[in-house]
Amino acid sequence: MKRCARVMLVFCLLATGLSLRAQSDAEVQARKEALDVAGAFSNEGFKIRDGHWCGALKLRDHALVAVNLYSGNQYWFSAGATGPVKKIAVSVYDETGKAVTTENYSNGEKAAAGFSPASSGQYYVAVDLVEGKPGTFCLVYSYK
Amino acid sequence: MARDLFSRWQILIGNLTNARIIWAMISLARLLVVALAAGACAAAGAESARLTPDELASAARSDAITVPSPGELFAALVKPGKTNWSSQYRGPIPVTYRNRGQIALNLGGLIADGFVAVEARDSQQVKNIGADIIKLAKALGVSERLLSRGNSISEFAEHNEWDTLQEELEATQNEVKSSMQSHADQDLVILVTLGGWIRGTQVVTAAILKNYDERSAMVLRQPALVHFMRSKINEISPELRSEPLIRDVSEQLTGIEKLVSFPPGKAPSAEEVRQLNQAVGKIMDEIQNKEQPR
Repeated sequence: MKRCARVMLVFCLLATGLSLRAQSDAEVQARKEALDVAGAFSNEGFKIRDGHWCGALKLRDHALVAVNLYSGNQYWFSAGATGPVKKIAVSVYDETGKAVTTENYSNGEKAAAGFSPASSGQYYVAVDLVEGKPGTFCLVYSYK
Repeated sequence: MARDLFSRWQILIGNLTNARIIWAMISLARLLVVALAAGACAAAGAESARLTPDELASAARSDAITVPSPGELFAALVKPGKTNWSSQYRGPIPVTYRNRGQIALNLGGLIADGFVAVEARDSQQVKNIGADIIKLAKALGVSERLLSRGNSISEFAEHNEWDTLQEELEATQNEVKSSMQSHADQDLVILVTLGGWIRGTQVVTAAILKNYDERSAMVLRQPALVHFMRSKINEISPELRSEPLIRDVSEQLTGIEKLVSFPPGKAPSAEEVRQLNQAVGKIMDEIQNKEQPR
């Protein structure tokens, strides 16, 4: 009985390890997709921040991150997703939670939102699952 | 008889008029209901474009994406006018500190100095700062891979590859932080970030004061950022937090948070910029001083 429990425990640990590994691979792939989108803005002089934010995309749920931006700069927030995700959207909100007007790019599991903040301070970037099933996403941003 | 018929006809007309009035009222009520429903839908639409306070509070916050790099701050300052970046250099700082918290704060400050040198397009200054960054990073025992970063910084500076240099500096900062995390030194990560922000703010406030204009001054509004760094410092180990320098810096951050909290869209006055410059300058002096506060 004890042996059986031990085998089960090892199996569970392995399964957890494998799933963590798979998630990590998905994040790497999602980041690659996000960088693909951000790369297009580099041609217009935007510098990509050496930082990213990855996570899980769920139905009817904003994946939300706080960022601090400077007036005078222009920003593009680019996201990529993997897994059964078919379409995502990126949107930006000000510090009170009000949506700000952005220029948008959307191409299935890749999306981006760009704007120039009128005021320096905290903003929120949301990545939403528009079509498909839950999956993994990654967000990067660029500025000039 | 005729009068009787006339009064009956009048009653009928009266009823019809009443019926018309009632019908009109029902129609009006219907219209009102439709209008109210449309209004409610529009309100719901507007509501969906607004995040709830709970959503705002639960938003993720991470050092890697929530805290802007010094380069991002300097980029915002460049547009309103030409900044004399080389006038913002400071003299060489000691690279022989013993206290790990102090080394981390100075490391962040030096990385911000690296961004200043890149903005000034000064390859020799970039190389000098790059060498100091590596010395301080080695004192913290961070990864050997940083040595190759130091070589890359020198090489890019030699070839005047300024955009690549900026990326390399940011990558160096992130590598220092990730190396700290893997060495169970995550408490030091926020100190590197904080050191960079304080030095960056010192440079920017000094540059604004040299040629004050409201558009430039607006970049200084960052209450949430300072609040985030203060909350992170409150999470570090009690031993590190109780060290005189860290305690002092943490206490002064409370005052600095007030100095960078002005209404959205409003620029601080030249006097307010001066106050902020003095406040961050005072902290910077303590950070780079070999004699620690008691």
